[in-house]
Amino acid sequence: MEILTWTYILVGLSFALYIGIAIYTRAGSTKEFYTAGGGVSPLANGMATAADWMSAASFISMAGVISFAGYDGSVYLMGWTGGYVLLALLLAPYLRKFGKFTVPDFVGDRYYSNKARVVAVICALFISFTYVAGQMRGVGIVFSRYLEVPIEWGVVIGMCIVFFYAVLGGMKGITYTQVAQYCVLIFAFMVPAIFVSMQLTGNPIPQLGLGSTVSDGTYLLDKLDGVLTELGFEAYTSGRKGMVDIFMITLALMVGTAGLPHVIVRFFTVPRVKDARLSAGYALVFISILYTTAPAVAAFGIYNAIETVSEKKIENLPIWVHTWEKTNLIQVNDKNGDGLVQYVADKDKNEFTIDKDIMVLASPEIANLPNWVVGLVAAGAMAAALSTAAGLLLVISTSVSRDLFRTFRPNMSEKKELRIARLAAAGAVVIAGYFGINPPGFVAEVVAFAFGLAAASFFPVIIMGIFSSRINKEGAIAGMLSGLVFTLGYIIFFKFISPELNSKEYWWFGISPEGIGSIGMFLNFLVCILISRFTPAPPKEVQDMIQEIRIPRGSGDAQAH
Amino acid sequence: MPKSKMQQYWNKNLKTLFYLLVVWFVVSFGFGIIGVDYLNQFHLGGFKLGFWFAQQGSIFTFVILIFIYVVRMNKLDKEFDVNED
Repeated sequence: MEILTWTYILVGLSFALYIGIAIYTRAGSTKEFYTAGGGVSPLANGMATAADWMSAASFISMAGVISFAGYDGSVYLMGWTGGYVLLALLLAPYLRKFGKFTVPDFVGDRYYSNKARVVAVICALFISFTYVAGQMRGVGIVFSRYLEVPIEWGVVIGMCIVFFYAVLGGMKGITYTQVAQYCVLIFAFMVPAIFVSMQLTGNPIPQLGLGSTVSDGTYLLDKLDGVLTELGFEAYTSGRKGMVDIFMITLALMVGTAGLPHVIVRFFTVPRVKDARLSAGYALVFISILYTTAPAVAAFGIYNAIETVSEKKIENLPIWVHTWEKTNLIQVNDKNGDGLVQYVADKDKNEFTIDKDIMVLASPEIANLPNWVVGLVAAGAMAAALSTAAGLLLVISTSVSRDLFRTFRPNMSEKKELRIARLAAAGAVVIAGYFGINPPGFVAEVVAFAFGLAAASFFPVIIMGIFSSRINKEGAIAGMLSGLVFTLGYIIFFKFISPELNSKEYWWFGISPEGIGSIGMFLNFLVCILISRFTPAPPKEVQDMIQEIRIPRGSGDAQAH
Repeated sequence: MPKSKMQQYWNKNLKTLFYLLVVWFVVSFGFGIIGVDYLNQFHLGGFKLGFWFAQQGSIFTFVILIFIYVVRMNKLDKEFDVNED
């Protein structure tokens, strides 16, 4: 069968599955809508968290980014997994014990202040919106590339699907759909990786294949280092960025991960504190299956690409080069007219450009795998984008209905709150879809910065809210604002006001805007502690609450009020 | 629960967190970033050791750390009778 037919069948089947699950598990109460009634098993929650977390960027782009960045790509690998250790040890169990529905809930209650709550809501909305726009764009791109429909239609179809199950199902529907989506996406990622690993190194496990030898008996990574340096590039296993910058970016990504509201909120859905701990462990297991395979896919991809094209006759290039040339993701331009392809570091002489997304999207074709695998990768990429989008939409709708409306209209009936939550989700889908179709030029950039902002705003006040009983509302508000303003200011200065200065020489201590969230986080901690020292301690009931969340017993159900 | 016992539980918890976070820091920021060039002299199969920690080893360690934490805390909860079942 044709690739297109397979793609329609597999994507169609997976969509039918998601919708089926959503109808079967739809939410009836606010508690089910916000936290799936608090009855999700740790294993299911771990899987759902993994799907929620791994976005279109993790699935499609990350391996390709590592292909070209080599060692420097480690910032994403460590940064996006190490955050789960912080989450499991420092946040998830205590927030589960606290037992409400959202991050602003915690900030508002712990810092006994609606002002703090509103600041937290603004941070949550900002982070989630930038993120979700990127996901919608991802959905559109996958649709247009595989199903040969225009990007706009792709976005609209994606909007309808997400609308259907996020608005109807709430957290309960989303959770079980995400479990299915995890299975689809991990299968789709692993199948081509295993085949390619077998072909290149004879080892079916990609993680081991990366450290194995290729057909001529040399180690793959040594060979890759050699080939790349010969062509004028940096060696694959050595770094290009400064060490301080690598350190700070990794830290910002880790801490940002632990501060992302759509990830934190997943730990409200399990029955007990011990389930929250275990569930974070499962989540990281499921995530690391993809995250330890990605560096292998990255190295295999760039190795295969160079082997296939470098110094080869243009008319003899394999068919996939020509198929992807049509999408402009691969460009071949015989500048010196010798009929051969030169892939070299020197920009004036280089005749071959390849987009980072190719490493995953074209991997089944590069490895000559059957057509159904191509359809599978398409379904996997859709699963990755849709699951993350749904999780984010839920945070947005919860923020609006619970943290904004409920705060100022405490007597609202549950039915009305549920209706507002659904309306907010619907509104968010439409806005996200709009940005997916008309992306502001800076969406991709802003998504990366969302981590820095989460690191600089949420993480310190949540941590200190749990581990210190002295930190008060004055400290927390000042800390959040200073971390946020500082980080945002640095990013806006280098990215939008003076982009020409955005290079190592001008950065403070060699820290790029991507890594500045780490400094923002330290600033937040510092301001928070200092201000709290000179202002009155939190009231008795808050101190009691802090003692209460530190011990697991008595977590019970997530409380409505 | 009496306050002193509660404090004891909390201190033990903090100690566990401290040790685990030291390992967390050492494998990623220590081996994978600060010490990467030094460790790259050594090899683990076809991997330079520092590179391996940065791209695989640290992630495996993270997973193990969380499970050690889970087991350790479940024990501690039982010991202080604050477990949930």
